[in-house]
Amino acid sequence: MNTAPLLEATGLSKAYGPTAALSGADFALRAGEVVAVMGPSGSGKSTLLHCLAGIVRPDAGTLAYDGRDITALSDTARSALRRTDFGFVFQFGQLVPELSCVENVALPLRLNGEKRKAAEARALEWLARLEVDDTAAKRPGEISGGQGQRVAVARALVSSPRVIFADEPTGALDSLNGERVMRLLTDASRDTGAAVVLVTHEARVAAWSDREVVVRDGSVRSSEWAA
Amino acid sequence: MSIGHTLLGLLEAGPRHGYDLKRAFDERFGHDRPLHYGQVYSTMSRLLKNGLVVVEGIEPGGGPERKRYAITDAGITDVADWLATPEKPEPYLQSTLYTKVVLALMTGRGAAELLDTQRAEHLRLMRELTRRKKDGDLADQLICDHALFHLEADLRWLELTAARLDRLAEEVRR
Repeated sequence: MNTAPLLEATGLSKAYGPTAALSGADFALRAGEVVAVMGPSGSGKSTLLHCLAGIVRPDAGTLAYDGRDITALSDTARSALRRTDFGFVFQFGQLVPELSCVENVALPLRLNGEKRKAAEARALEWLARLEVDDTAAKRPGEISGGQGQRVAVARALVSSPRVIFADEPTGALDSLNGERVMRLLTDASRDTGAAVVLVTHEARVAAWSDREVVVRDGSVRSSEWAA
Repeated sequence: MSIGHTLLGLLEAGPRHGYDLKRAFDERFGHDRPLHYGQVYSTMSRLLKNGLVVVEGIEPGGGPERKRYAITDAGITDVADWLATPEKPEPYLQSTLYTKVVLALMTGRGAAELLDTQRAEHLRLMRELTRRKKDGDLADQLICDHALFHLEADLRWLELTAARLDRLAEEVRR
């Protein structure tokens, strides 16, 4: 197995006004692994995810993706990288309410220039894989929270990303639905070889990962490789 | 777990031989800890002595496990009483961990590291149970869930204690 990190952050710092959210955090992710980022509320775990994903620019530190320093990329270049290589799942699906579920899942492909018919055909395949193909024609407001999260996972995976960033993906779900989302997310990521950065404060959710790191007071307490 | 009550409960569905009882127990409840024939034999002897089972027949040429047991009315009442009595909650782990944390603070060792190490160990076991649950049938899932929820409760305690270490250190050193 290639153990060189796919994504590596060194000394990341980020402050919001006078409040330091990250203070010199180090993090490394290998291709295909599922890593849980744990820690109490306000510890900086979501900020770490946002920095790793290029959503937020850190005040200090470096970020390398696939051997390339991406710290100083322009906003446009970072957006392009997010579209082509990264997938996202958030706590509340964040599906576009005006679009049907199949259109939501097809959206990343459409943004990458794929034709509507081909994009929606692939979106349908992913909806089926996530066991929510019956929601294809419905809008997000017409489906349950658990179904919405599975649609969001389908959308995150449809463009074959190399990294999926999941921020409390089961936070709004009951135990059974949360477990189903985690099983489908980890199965699909392992099948496709996508790595997952999974932010969660729930140990039962973290237990689906290969290893965990803990963020406390803005720094990463443990980042050992899995045995 | 009360092996006697469990074996009695299995007998309620109909008479069984000792070896059949062991197999049924192992299949449903044994998982990591299958019963020894000796345990079955000694338990059945006790149930027999207490009038909770009777020997309905003995297969020729066999040992004690070849006896065919049937539950008595007293046995059925005993099972009903056992099922109706709540189990005593056992918050055992926290007290051991609490002792370790306090001793670490008293002796100037790293209590935070102790909690981190314990957290990692809890999560390692939770991963193992999650894998087993994923590959298992519904019985496996329910058994693993029970363990997972307990481990999760311990982890919450670990987190809370980690957040209160400074205060605890002050009290311990007073």
